Amino acid sequence: MSTSTTIEITGLGKSFGPVRAVDDLTFSVRPGQVTGFLGPNGAGKTTTLRMLLGLVRPTEGTATFGGTEYRNLKDPLATVGTALEASSFHPGRSARNHLRVYARAAGIGMKRVDAVLAQVGIAAFADRRVGGYSLGMRQRLGLAFALLGDPGVLVLDEPVNGLDPEGIKWIRSFLGQLAAEGRTVLVSSHLLSEVQQSVDRVIIISHGSLVYEGGLAELESGPRVLADSPDRAALESALLAAGAEVETTAGGLAVLGLTREQVGSVALSAGAALSLLATENSGIEQAFLELVGEGGSL
Amino acid sequence: MTTVLTDAAAALRAEFSKIFTVRMWWVLLIVLAGYVGFTAGILALVFGGVGGALAGGGNAPQIPDAALPAIIYSIASSVGYVFPVLFGALATTAEFRHQTLTPTFLATPRRGLVLGAKFAVLAVVGAGYGLVALATSVGIGSSILAATGHDTGLGETDTWWLLARIVLAMAIWAVIGVGLGALIPSQVAAIVIVLAFTQFLEPILRLVATFWDWTASIGQYLPGAASDALVGSSIFTSLGMATGQTQSLDWWAGGLVLLAYAIVAGVFGYFTSWRRDVT
Repeated sequence: MSTSTTIEITGLGKSFGPVRAVDDLTFSVRPGQVTGFLGPNGAGKTTTLRMLLGLVRPTEGTATFGGTEYRNLKDPLATVGTALEASSFHPGRSARNHLRVYARAAGIGMKRVDAVLAQVGIAAFADRRVGGYSLGMRQRLGLAFALLGDPGVLVLDEPVNGLDPEGIKWIRSFLGQLAAEGRTVLVSSHLLSEVQQSVDRVIIISHGSLVYEGGLAELESGPRVLADSPDRAALESALLAAGAEVETTAGGLAVLGLTREQVGSVALSAGAALSLLATENSGIEQAFLELVGEGGSL
Repeated sequence: MTTVLTDAAAALRAEFSKIFTVRMWWVLLIVLAGYVGFTAGILALVFGGVGGALAGGGNAPQIPDAALPAIIYSIASSVGYVFPVLFGALATTAEFRHQTLTPTFLATPRRGLVLGAKFAVLAVVGAGYGLVALATSVGIGSSILAATGHDTGLGETDTWWLLARIVLAMAIWAVIGVGLGALIPSQVAAIVIVLAFTQFLEPILRLVATFWDWTASIGQYLPGAASDALVGSSIFTSLGMATGQTQSLDWWAGGLVLLAYAIVAGVFGYFTSWRRDVT
């Protein structure tokens, strides 16, 4: 493995004609962690990754690996391993030959081809034509391509897509292992739940713009307290007077900024009998959906 | 400098292995060999054997005996040239169709290098197609000529130079295919255009060009005419066009014109589709 590298994206933007696909995106991805790159379908994830990899020309801004653009990397496959959509294969070529073609282009030895085929668990099917592969097998072949150069950086676009539960479990531990080896791992997904258990940090974009960058735990807005009273108006004004943030929901009042005990005592001193008092963990999924808006419900 | 050379060598190796890890190359090659061998055999029979017997009838096509071997052997390129151009176009458009440009450009970010390597590799493959096509046109043609008591021409240096120019023409046609493929990334469109132009449009244009002097001077620059000029012999120039005005370039000029088609298509293809965003 070559030395780990930080991915740096600065002021990155892309317009396709009148469509603004990515807008003024700035973030960085550090080594030794699995970073999730999240956003609903059409948020600009794939375009961002393709700009990072020199496949799409940015309208403005830069995307580099430790300061070097992809196309200027000395040994691209040995620096960055990439798995984009699971369809970039000639259906008439075998998996082994697919990898050999690009190993030759990158000056990588043929032994490495057999090694990565075994590593992703498709060595037994390596001489079959890819046209007959299932989506899950293609995903694994895509991952084998990414690993070909034993790179310090891995960029994986929706790698969980199409995998069976066993495959998902496998890729989770695999990603963690790669990051533990000190690699920089960036994994995109449109579903938070898919990567929730395997990522250390998330970058969330929506409509081409960054909406969140940070740890998963901080994404959670904290527990809300649900409270209700037959005299809901009195309870609400008492809570507001106590400095809480109150939102009226179908099931009662959602209270932010007070603990359950505090809500209880506020109700007592206001003389409002409580019909409901509970803590609700809104969860990161909820926070994610709120961040990405409508599109996140997909 | 050394890294440029290693990169170029790596790109060439990758492009070669792309060709030979998919079945298309030998499927087209078998069809080429069969088609050319069959046509050359029929021609040798008609003009060498049966034609000679019918010559008294007056209407039979007349070709001087000395020109016969060249016409029959050059069937390899005058009829077979569509195969290398088709193969070059298929090899290039397959990269767009199957989205293999993505892994290709990831492994070799310098896109011009990839296209250059494709040009070089397809030239070699086209030359190989030429050799196989000659093996059948010369093999079958000369056997029939010899059996019917004609000179095979294989004792003459000129014949062997002709064969060498046929191999060169086939190599350039394959490169033209690469240029066309880069210019027309849609595989179906590329196939239709190659077939429609070579099998239908150009023969008509070449025929029409023989009607007048001024059209004949333009017609000699059509790719098929340039190819025939490079080779120096063709069933078309010997037969169909014999009645009208024909002009033909020198062999080297024909070769340069043909190469110019390949380069123009490749350069335009590079700037239009090859450098575009790969999405």
